[in-house]
Amino acid sequence: MLKVERLTKTYATAGGPLTVLREVNFELLRGASMAIVGPSGSGKTTLLGLCAGLDRPSGGDVVLAGESIGAMNEDQRALVRNRHVGFVFQNFQLVPTLTAQENVMVPVELRDEGGAAAEARALELLTRVGLGARADHYPVQLSGGEQQRVALARAFMNEPKILFCDEPTGNLDGDTAHAMVELIFGLNHEKQTTLVLVTHDLELAKKCQRVIRLKSGAVISDETA
Amino acid sequence: MNFILKMAWRDSRASRRRLVLFSLSVVLGIAALVAIGSLGANLERAIDDQAKGLLGADLIVAGRNPLSEQAVAFVDALGGERAQEKSFTSMMAFPTAEGRTRLVNVRAMEGAFPYYGDFTTVPADAPAKLRAGGEVAIVEETLLRQFNVSVGQQVKLGTTLFTVVGALQKLPGESSALTATMAPRALIPWSTLQATGLADRNVLVRHRTMLKLPALTVPETVERDMRRQFRAEGLGFDTVAERKRNLGRVLDNIENFLGLVGFVALFLGAIGVASAIHVYVQQKIPTVAVLRCLGATARQAFGVYLIQGVALGIFGALVGSALGLIVQVALPPMLGDLLPFEVKFFIAWPAVARGTGAGFVICVLFTLLPLLAVRRVSPLVALRSAFAEKVNAGPDVWRIAIGVFIVAAVAGFSIWQTGRLRDGLAFTAVLGVGFGILGGTAKLVSWAARRWFPRRSPYVVRQGVANLYRPNNRTVLLLLSLGLGTFLMLTLFLTRTTLLKEIEFSGGGGRPNLLFFDIQDDQIDGLKKATAAEGAPVLVDAPIVTMKITALKGRKVEQILRDPAAKREAPAEPKPEGEDAPTKKRMGPGGERLPGWTLRREYRSTFRGALTGTERLVSGTFTGKVRGGEAVVPISLEEGLFKDMGLQLGDEIEWDVQGVPMRTKVGSVRAVEWRRLEPNFFVVFPEGVLEGAPKAYVAAVRAENAEHSARVQRAVVAGFPSVTAIDLALVMQTVDGIFSKVAFVIEFMAGFTVLTGVIVLVGAVLTGRFQRIRETVLLRTLGATQRQLVQIQFVEYAILGVLAAIVGGGLALAGNSLLAKFIFNITPSVPVGLLLLSALAVSAVTVVTGLLTNRGITNHPPLEVLRQET
Repeated sequence: MLKVERLTKTYATAGGPLTVLREVNFELLRGASMAIVGPSGSGKTTLLGLCAGLDRPSGGDVVLAGESIGAMNEDQRALVRNRHVGFVFQNFQLVPTLTAQENVMVPVELRDEGGAAAEARALELLTRVGLGARADHYPVQLSGGEQQRVALARAFMNEPKILFCDEPTGNLDGDTAHAMVELIFGLNHEKQTTLVLVTHDLELAKKCQRVIRLKSGAVISDETA
Repeated sequence: MNFILKMAWRDSRASRRRLVLFSLSVVLGIAALVAIGSLGANLERAIDDQAKGLLGADLIVAGRNPLSEQAVAFVDALGGERAQEKSFTSMMAFPTAEGRTRLVNVRAMEGAFPYYGDFTTVPADAPAKLRAGGEVAIVEETLLRQFNVSVGQQVKLGTTLFTVVGALQKLPGESSALTATMAPRALIPWSTLQATGLADRNVLVRHRTMLKLPALTVPETVERDMRRQFRAEGLGFDTVAERKRNLGRVLDNIENFLGLVGFVALFLGAIGVASAIHVYVQQKIPTVAVLRCLGATARQAFGVYLIQGVALGIFGALVGSALGLIVQVALPPMLGDLLPFEVKFFIAWPAVARGTGAGFVICVLFTLLPLLAVRRVSPLVALRSAFAEKVNAGPDVWRIAIGVFIVAAVAGFSIWQTGRLRDGLAFTAVLGVGFGILGGTAKLVSWAARRWFPRRSPYVVRQGVANLYRPNNRTVLLLLSLGLGTFLMLTLFLTRTTLLKEIEFSGGGGRPNLLFFDIQDDQIDGLKKATAAEGAPVLVDAPIVTMKITALKGRKVEQILRDPAAKREAPAEPKPEGEDAPTKKRMGPGGERLPGWTLRREYRSTFRGALTGTERLVSGTFTGKVRGGEAVVPISLEEGLFKDMGLQLGDEIEWDVQGVPMRTKVGSVRAVEWRRLEPNFFVVFPEGVLEGAPKAYVAAVRAENAEHSARVQRAVVAGFPSVTAIDLALVMQTVDGIFSKVAFVIEFMAGFTVLTGVIVLVGAVLTGRFQRIRETVLLRTLGATQRQLVQIQFVEYAILGVLAAIVGGGLALAGNSLLAKFIFNITPSVPVGLLLLSALAVSAVTVVTGLLTNRGITNHPPLEVLRQET
């Protein structure tokens, strides 16, 4: 489902080129789950962004759902994301001007596949995450945990083959974080979605089948449970 | 597309009020364009509808002398009707107003003129009474009001008392506002004129014959025939077609000028929109990044905000055009008495469409510029903005293309509006330079605020100053909008002040300020005694002898005027007065281009032995006296005329001095200070040659004040009724009167620019409010008091307001100096008080608007504000 080969990312800076990720390799099958851990600045988010096609690698390649995205242009990668990828961000990243239901519907509406069926499905997903009654609320009217649940519902709206989570519990309190984790893994099993998550939380990482540890942009360990 | 529309609609929900506010920036500019365009169409139709009423006759023949018997026989043979008029300026005395006097334009009329159009008087039967003859007069309504004279009371012209039978409101083809300001009209019967004895002694009588031609006779054909047959009579002709052309040209010029003023407002508003959209887009970047993460293409993300930008433009254009139509209803009454015809309101849809379209295009182009940034938002921003690389970084071809489009659109509009490539490009360049200076100053201010940051000042001052250069500062936008508005308004005020000061100065320091002319040979001594008796002795006097040029450097004037090269240069129909067209060129004897007026005009020359205080010798030798019998008399020419005629020292000019030929040569050239109210002349003869010629005198005295001036004038008019007086105060009043009428219209339009500036200011402050809300709330959370927050804003707005006033004022001073130097040829005035007042006003408007717009943030709890604004 996701194959990463000799993935490298280098930024040009005033002080010369800065390599934040070097020669990373791994492969994930359908339904598998993997956590990327490591200290701040180790390259976790960069790796996630490259895997999800949010950025272009400086070297190596990413094959996502059978498509090599390394050489694609931005719009081609956007289409791949829309077809195969779901996201959950640390700071929720809901569109503040849309209601919860509208936020959930965005991935399918981008394909002009909105309408009554999409609305029903969005409502169903919101109900699944416990927010069926809050469908018409705007993000500003929801708590952090509720916003993250809306983001999760949105992530599953396009029935993604792979779900990327960037510190999904980073901004949540203990109980809310626990409930969120249950939801993520529950949906992961139910939909057979591949899961890649970046976290500082080692307990959360242990719930994944595989844990990659990064340091200074390089993989220092790759453990399978 | 479905997604783009849906998303654009949904995304705008929280920002619609803001978007509407942004669009208001262009509303006034579009309103101005629509109003002016539609009004122009109204005027055009009014001219067409009332074409014959513009002239009052089919053909008007004018000249310095009455029509010859042959010419009269010619026009009578055409059939139709003939009316005639003799007009000249004279003094009118008002016995019911303690004998006070006023310069008026006397018109002795005979016949049924006007044949077309309105001759409006109060009461309406006054024209019939005038035609019946007798000692009756119809007098300009404003003059009667000024001297508190009612119908039935008497006024005096020369030695004759006239009973006022009506107040004159309108004569066909004449603008009552302008004629009433310069020389109010007094109509008297032709048959009574002789009794006044005025016309015989007046050297500036103008004769007009008004013709109503039979239905099938073409006025232009009659004009051509008369021109050919009576060339020697120096006649001028006016037809309906000519009047329409001239009026159309004047109105076109006014429309173009006002259109440009409106366009400046639109341009300023468009910059306001661009700036607001820039901030708006910055705030939307996280949303765009999320959409990109979820699979939106660059086209889709851009489309969402492009739709919002276009909707903003459509809204602004529609509201602007609606407001424009309301303004248009208000404009004709405002212009009312400036126009020589009535204007009926109608909506000129093509003009509305043009104004709306131009406004929409400019607004969308300016919106596109900041919107293009949306295409380059990286989805990585959703993860961590610090890592975000610009997608496709490098020069943006679209940005360059839109920049070029904007310049082309501005230049295209300017060329279209001015009707000339050169003027349009010049306007675009001036606009560019003006904006460049204001923008450059703003950048300089930002730089200087950072460079010389007042580190030891109190916290609120440091914060206020820092706001001038911090990211997302409003320094450039506010300086542009406020500075430009200040510049336009102040230039107008300064020009007006400069002109009035100049006139005032010309009569200061003991210089003459009351001028008498049309003084006959036998009256000059008596007049000197009369004015001296009233405490105002004659300071300067000069004899005037009228004459015409017959040959130049041995070549007859007729010959020069018939020159084929001259015909190519000259318009088909010269003006009735002949001398009113200084731009018409003729080829002189040496092949040089020669303005026709210099050859055709009647010269009123003088003779004296020395230069006066208002003259300076530029070249040659001034000859003060010659012995009788000199074959070629050395004369002195005014510098401008000398240049216009392309003459050299020693060149010969032959004159017809009231029937007597006289050969002269250019002996010297003088620079003349025309602005002084003293007798000045184009041509000065030496003593010893013109003493025997029929002549009149002009004399100047100095009155201490208005009351003294009125007393002297009363005494002169009582003793010498045919003498005419011009008071400097009257000149000032006339200039001021014309200026205030024209200035009112210009100020009205410039008001649009200033109001746009205020709207842009409100928009800028509001966008700043969204930008800085977190910071303000943070300061509030950390314990800043409301007073401190207000003080920080006060410092920022006060600096911006003062700077805008200084830069706008500086530009206005420069503009006024250029106008004074190159257009009016006078010394510019610098009214310090007015400048200080303007600076205070602009600063106050900025501070008050800034503080009012920010009010909500400073006096509410931080959490409440954050919940409302995010």
